[in-house]
Amino acid sequence: MSFTLYDKLWNEHLVETDDTSESLIYIDRHYLHEVTSPQAFEGLRHKKIKPWRLDANVATPDHNVPTDRGNGFDVSSIQDDVAKIQVVELDKNCQSFGIHQFDITSNKQGIVHVMGPELGYTLPGMTIVCGDSHTSTHGAFGCLAMGIGTSEVEHVLATQCLKITKLKNMQVNFDGMPQKGVGSKDIILHLIKLIGTAGGTGHAIEFSGSYISSASMESRMTICNMAIEAGAKVGLTGVDSITLDYVKNHSNLSDEMFNKASEYWQTLKSDPDATFDKSISIDVSKIKPQVTWGTSPEMTIDFDAEIPNQEDVDEASYENLLLAKTYMGLDESKTLQDLSFDRIFIGSCTNSRIEDLRDAASVIQGKKVSPDITEAIVVPGSGMVKAQAEEEGLDKIFIDAGFLWRDPGCSMCLGMNPDQLKPYERCASTSNRNFEGRQGHLGRTHLMSPMMAALTAINGKITDPSL
Amino acid sequence: MTNSIITGIVATFDRDNIDTDQIIPTEYLKSIKKFGFGDFLFDGWRYLDEGKLDMTSDDRSKNNDFILNKEPYTNSTILLTRDNFGCGSSREHAVWALRDFGFKSVIASSFGDIFYNNCFKNSVLPIVLTKEEINHLFKICSTSPTSLEIDLVNKNIKCDDEFSYFFDVKESLLDRIINNLDDVDITLKHKSHIQAFEQKRRSQRPWLFDYSN
Ligand code: SF4
Repeated sequence: MSFTLYDKLWNEHLVETDDTSESLIYIDRHYLHEVTSPQAFEGLRHKKIKPWRLDANVATPDHNVPTDRGNGFDVSSIQDDVAKIQVVELDKNCQSFGIHQFDITSNKQGIVHVMGPELGYTLPGMTIVCGDSHTSTHGAFGCLAMGIGTSEVEHVLATQCLKITKLKNMQVNFDGMPQKGVGSKDIILHLIKLIGTAGGTGHAIEFSGSYISSASMESRMTICNMAIEAGAKVGLTGVDSITLDYVKNHSNLSDEMFNKASEYWQTLKSDPDATFDKSISIDVSKIKPQVTWGTSPEMTIDFDAEIPNQEDVDEASYENLLLAKTYMGLDESKTLQDLSFDRIFIGSCTNSRIEDLRDAASVIQGKKVSPDITEAIVVPGSGMVKAQAEEEGLDKIFIDAGFLWRDPGCSMCLGMNPDQLKPYERCASTSNRNFEGRQGHLGRTHLMSPMMAALTAINGKITDPSL
Repeated sequence: MTNSIITGIVATFDRDNIDTDQIIPTEYLKSIKKFGFGDFLFDGWRYLDEGKLDMTSDDRSKNNDFILNKEPYTNSTILLTRDNFGCGSSREHAVWALRDFGFKSVIASSFGDIFYNNCFKNSVLPIVLTKEEINHLFKICSTSPTSLEIDLVNKNIKCDDEFSYFFDVKESLLDRIINNLDDVDITLKHKSHIQAFEQKRRSQRPWLFDYSN
């Protein structure tokens, strides 16, 4: 019998299947943040239940923390009273239930999906959940990782299990080597353009192929992160020596424990003759830098292509196209290169890791942010990324060019903190969602790679990153 | 008490990919409560001004062209839309907002996976129909206000005697809506199984336990 990686992980964690095809799956790691947890803790209190297993949980505030905190900042310094309530509530809940938290004053605090792997809380072969759809990120470690709703957060806290239905298997092969100026963000945006935001619905997508085998863990995480934008709540890649090296450097398992675990971890890949319900192969050497033009991540084009018109889409999609073009203010523009940008955001759980900051810094050294840009911000994904970047002098490159160098958090990815777009402002963003109002009321978001966003800051416009 | 029949007016949203950020914008996720989100449902489309958590519908400047601001749709209980409804963020607040507004069912040709699951935890029934059936329903429901009757036990949707569509949904999920069951209570009945599983795991995969950094 041959199995896909997803099948193996499923079988390994299966506690029980009932006759209606729902199953109880054991959860190894549960990440919590301030936005989707308060109602879950409230539920536990109401039912007078204690968390099932404390050491499976790790919490940090990330969604609405300010990112210009500086030294001496603590929770009482948060200006927005409503945001403060949630951060305080997480402190209180973690304290009273005994859950380990990296709080707002910790130098390890960060976006939960950036922080978790760096601290070794994400280990291969785990089931990982969090009340956040981008939990798919952790699939890069050969984990079964997925976002859940708040009722499920309560359920996992109370029972250490999730009651779910098995997904189908989908395989995406990325083969070949990308051109200069093209990275993992372009590759995943390209896939979403191709299969659509519902292309992976009901499936776990395993990413494989020669590109993936040679990609860094950071690149794999960017790709698995946006599996959800392709409709799949699970994205994953098999374990190899790149995975094991990362885990060795980031976890504090003893050598003995690491070696013991490695034996098992090396089995975490799909069997060569495993069958998938769907499969697609993409030659990444043909992919150009990608930028979104509309209000859904599938509304993506090559950076130098024409923005689609009525003639380019079928009748059923015409209404969607029109709504998106109007919202984005594209009536007069033929290509993305015609547009003038107002803000630049380099950050989010998609692109705020050290490699992303290195990529962005590499194209701005000695240059200045265009005077047309109102504000360009760099928000490292975690305290560790920030410290590493400062050690490498990247902060200086950004600051010298005129970027603002911030403290870790989700920031302008969703604008729950003060980092928001004003109405009609156009933003070059390295985040993962370009939905209407995502970065601020009536704001206009164009998703792209860190390198492309950095170049857009310098030129005020979209330009060719391979030059 | 059982919920075996849903009836009411259908509000139509002729759009694909309505994401949970549209269903309820980020601003309102700052609440730590589980109720009171109805006034913020489809906030960006429903109002002309920018809202805050402490506002109510009465404080706001309404977009009078928006369907939920028009009679009789202010009392809609069924939402009809197209592909991939509820994609995007996992926020359960999206379902809470639909529920608090009064929606009991959403009919679409497909749903975001996480949203679909969240619905069943809050007694909102997501129904998947084929694209042809959805087209047909749109024809009927967008011309004049239309009431549908959804029978959860027989799994069908009826409009007077004009038509009846069968829909498919997992029995166990449906059961939770019909009988108002709570997942935690159901799962804790299997406590000893979970404990046994955990014990085995602790001995086979010891690196997963008691880790800290
Ligand atoms: S960075 Fe953005 S997408 Fe990622 S967890 Fe934060 S809000 Fe969600």
